[in-house]
Amino acid sequence: MIENLFIHLRQELALTLLIFLLLFIKLGKDRSNESIMNLINFGLLLNLGLGFCCHEAGDLFNGMFTTNTLIVFEKDLLNLGILIISMQSYAWLKNHKQVIEFYLLLLTSLLGMFFMISSGNLLMFYLGLEMSTIPLAAAANFDLTKRKSSEAAMKLILSSAFSSSILLLGISFLYGSSGTLTFSILSAHINGNPLQLFAFILFFSGFAFKISAVPFHLWTADVYEGSPVAVTSFLSVISKGAVLFTLVNLLYKVFTPIANTWYLLLVILAAATILIGNLFALRQDNFKRFLAFSSIAQVGFILVGISASSQAGAASLLYFILIYIFSNLAAFGVVSTVSALTGKENISDFKGFYKTNPILSWVLTIALFSLAGVPPTAGFFGKLFLMMAGAAKGNYGIIIFAALNMVISFYYYLRIVKAMFMDENESPIQQLAIPAISKLAMFICVAGIIVTGIASVVYDYIYSISIGL
Amino acid sequence: MQEIPLTQILFVSTALFFIGMYGLFTRRNLITLLMSIELMLNSVNINFVAFNKYLFPDNLDGLFFTLFIITIAAAEAAVAIAIIINLYRSHNSIDVDDATEMKY
Repeated sequence: MIENLFIHLRQELALTLLIFLLLFIKLGKDRSNESIMNLINFGLLLNLGLGFCCHEAGDLFNGMFTTNTLIVFEKDLLNLGILIISMQSYAWLKNHKQVIEFYLLLLTSLLGMFFMISSGNLLMFYLGLEMSTIPLAAAANFDLTKRKSSEAAMKLILSSAFSSSILLLGISFLYGSSGTLTFSILSAHINGNPLQLFAFILFFSGFAFKISAVPFHLWTADVYEGSPVAVTSFLSVISKGAVLFTLVNLLYKVFTPIANTWYLLLVILAAATILIGNLFALRQDNFKRFLAFSSIAQVGFILVGISASSQAGAASLLYFILIYIFSNLAAFGVVSTVSALTGKENISDFKGFYKTNPILSWVLTIALFSLAGVPPTAGFFGKLFLMMAGAAKGNYGIIIFAALNMVISFYYYLRIVKAMFMDENESPIQQLAIPAISKLAMFICVAGIIVTGIASVVYDYIYSISIGL
Repeated sequence: MQEIPLTQILFVSTALFFIGMYGLFTRRNLITLLMSIELMLNSVNINFVAFNKYLFPDNLDGLFFTLFIITIAAAEAAVAIAIIINLYRSHNSIDVDDATEMKY
């Protein structure tokens, strides 16, 4: 029993140790920011390594905490993402006074996501969800003196509290109709009576808020624009990925008896999300706001993929999130470096960027190509697999609609590439000295974009560990 | 003494939930918005306790869920109030209509 505890909970325990270590460092004498950040990066790398050993499936605490190969892989993805973010924010945090507080918030949120992903019980799921969102609201306010930052944090905490209370109402009705909170017992009690359908709609609305699917997307752009770039990239990639993993897990394992109902729901939401995300992305000038709407559109594509409710659907989601971590974080990495060194965050500032910073321009270009889905990059295969999984149900209308919307998305992604390579600018951003560790992070991202696109072994591995309906 | 039926308790909790939602949508003061959210969470608490007592009195799942909701609501309120204080420092107001720098 006690050995199981240390094997199944190894990543959570390592993360908790890191958090407490940071607390003690904070209490002790002052240390240089470089040494603290190197320590954290090393700890995260170690935690990533822990994920690769002892893949044992198992339950803990009467089924409240479950783990298996798939869940460990998902945790590794999130861990990798936060490691890349931490390496990228080096330039921003190097001279910041509150490095430790920033990492405490981020790591606590990651810990909450770990518990949320491996939850086997609605109570555990709710605790994990709140543990991952509340620290993020505080982190969004990290630029304490900026007006936009506090406005963003206010919007984030209010909308997340509202969405979680809707989710809780759904959970309470599910409990009322079944009398249990455990996922495995709950799925046997779901029979699609009106109370359960109502509960499911409420439950799903809470999720839609967190992944910013369309009727519930209004907070996204404001929060992304106001928060510091590191927090924005965390929100757009890691937190969205964690909630999507949990959503797929719940839809495929718990709500299987009402699969026909949620199929329709997912298709409608996907269509609306892709369209609105694309249309609003067309007219943005702030880079973070632009990436917010582009991420809304990407969530729409993901919903198409998971509506298939097959093993291919779950596998394509995981594969897409892997690619999305690399390509979105590469884009955010460039933006965060530019923002930390010059304070510029608008797309029009990037005119003539190629003349002064050719390497950064190429990184951003590859990332945008991958987000748009241009064939040699991994993003193309990610979208292809999502569409193929969605097409398996025979509903070709939504696939054609999504493919047409990919054409719209080309316009706004390539507009930035045009601004960087072709537009003239009197005073372009001067040549930037990038810290070595940020260079390494960008290299990892670009390598990831290219390698995961070419090597089929990645998708094969993901497919072999995924679950279907 | 006659026992209160479950439907009436559910009516109270649902009414409370939507009063909270109405407050969230119409009020402009941030503290009042927090109070509205608290109202919504407490209506969920009533739901859980009522379901537990009337339908499933053998185990205590619902009661424990209520305890955790109360705890988390306190944590959420603490973070939210810290954010509101910081907003007041930069905007000199806690009215949501004054925090409209980012739109569309």
